[in-house]
Amino acid sequence: MAQSHDGPMATPLADRHAALGARMVEFGGWLMPLQYSGILEEHRAVRTRAGAFDLSHMGELFVEGPGAAPALAYALTTDPAKIKVGRAHYSMICFPEGGVLDDLIVYRLGEERFMVVANAANAGAVSDALAARFGGFGAVLDDRSLAMGLVALQGPRSAAILARLTDVALDGLRYYAIAEGHAAGVPALVARTGYTGEDGFEVFVDVEAAATVWDALLETGKAEGLLPVGLGARDTLRLEAGMPLYGNELGPDTTPFEAGLGRVVDLEREGDFVGRAALEKALADGPRRRLVGLTVRGRGIARHGYEVFAGDRRIGAVTSGTLSPTLGEPIAMAYVAPSEAEPGTIVAVGIRDQRVPAEVVQLPFYRRPA
Amino acid sequence: MVPGDLRYTKEHEWVRTEGDLATVGITDYAAEQLGDIVFVELPEVGRTVTQFAPIGVIESVKAVSDLFAPLGGEVVETNAELATAPELLNSEAFGGGWILRIRMADPTQIDGLLDAAAYDALISEA
Repeated sequence: MAQSHDGPMATPLADRHAALGARMVEFGGWLMPLQYSGILEEHRAVRTRAGAFDLSHMGELFVEGPGAAPALAYALTTDPAKIKVGRAHYSMICFPEGGVLDDLIVYRLGEERFMVVANAANAGAVSDALAARFGGFGAVLDDRSLAMGLVALQGPRSAAILARLTDVALDGLRYYAIAEGHAAGVPALVARTGYTGEDGFEVFVDVEAAATVWDALLETGKAEGLLPVGLGARDTLRLEAGMPLYGNELGPDTTPFEAGLGRVVDLEREGDFVGRAALEKALADGPRRRLVGLTVRGRGIARHGYEVFAGDRRIGAVTSGTLSPTLGEPIAMAYVAPSEAEPGTIVAVGIRDQRVPAEVVQLPFYRRPA
Repeated sequence: MVPGDLRYTKEHEWVRTEGDLATVGITDYAAEQLGDIVFVELPEVGRTVTQFAPIGVIESVKAVSDLFAPLGGEVVETNAELATAPELLNSEAFGGGWILRIRMADPTQIDGLLDAAAYDALISEA
């Protein structure tokens, strides 16, 4: 792990990316591959075959101790005590005022042992917030973000590829489940999770072993058409799948309700959690705006920051947008006034000097074939 | 090496001239930097354009970038194929991916553009 004082950090796979000719970009404080062969080709590989992703920039925060579950329940919007050992759930950590500090996946590794996976740019802030919120619970936080590497394998051929490299029984590993075992001969946590809308896995290993796993995946996957995939296609894949990106759809000024993710705010349970009072009020007041999917019906691509109109009235802004490689049409997510958020509503997106019609559609844009 | 018979701009457009007609595209270097090109917005035929003014937009999956007029004059033709096959800018930057034709108002503007050696030097510094 190379960490310089003035530049972004390098992942343990930096030399692999260089050898593959990747175009690199700074993201969340890390130097990451943006693309290898091209965003469209990489995107299609994941939708039809398989792709390998270096996600070593993500934060891995381990929480242990008799108070681990209640400590997390106080710190997060969900109640991790409800997760069965070997399973995971999507969660959020909110500010006391109700805004989103980060979105997370919480894995339960044991009765008293959890792994919280945070976005790279927020990992430090999440770690600090957890430490501050854990006082008196009997829970120990171990921030292993720099000690762990993470390689994701996504796409319909993922299980066939990984089965040749792991002793984890993948048939028994359900969506949002995790198991300890080996991958490419090294100790690994293998989870059936991802950010693409496809079947796939995330393989957590010690940072020194990340290259071993990466090399094995690329070698074994070659015959199945696996490609290395960068952040460019990761973004188009998650957008088609209707998944939010922190910094675009989520942030300190958004509540989980506005983002359509009220299901991760567990208000049924007893006991306080950080942000509870503010979130209860936000729910009672109703959202000021709602996150919607848009399909652009004219010429042009809606991009982050473009304004959304109903007639002459500005009703919101685009948070993410691209030309969908799978659908071949421009898609976007946007926050709009609740009155304009029903699917079928026709709005307009300001694209340069034009107002281009767009239709509010149900998310996700893409659902994998059953 | 880029084609020796064309002229270039610092904004990575290329120009091929025949009489007072100039055919314009973007270089393969520019296309590769942009990544997969998925949308091209072109000026209307008949429009008068000023040298180095923005006259269109090229969008890749990731990025939006302006197209600049390498020469002043009247737009007399645009490449209709780009509406359905914008990827021609990536695959045939110097051929089928041509973007538009301008009837030059002042053909001496050509002399101010980069030749192939100067453009090559520009992109090898980048």
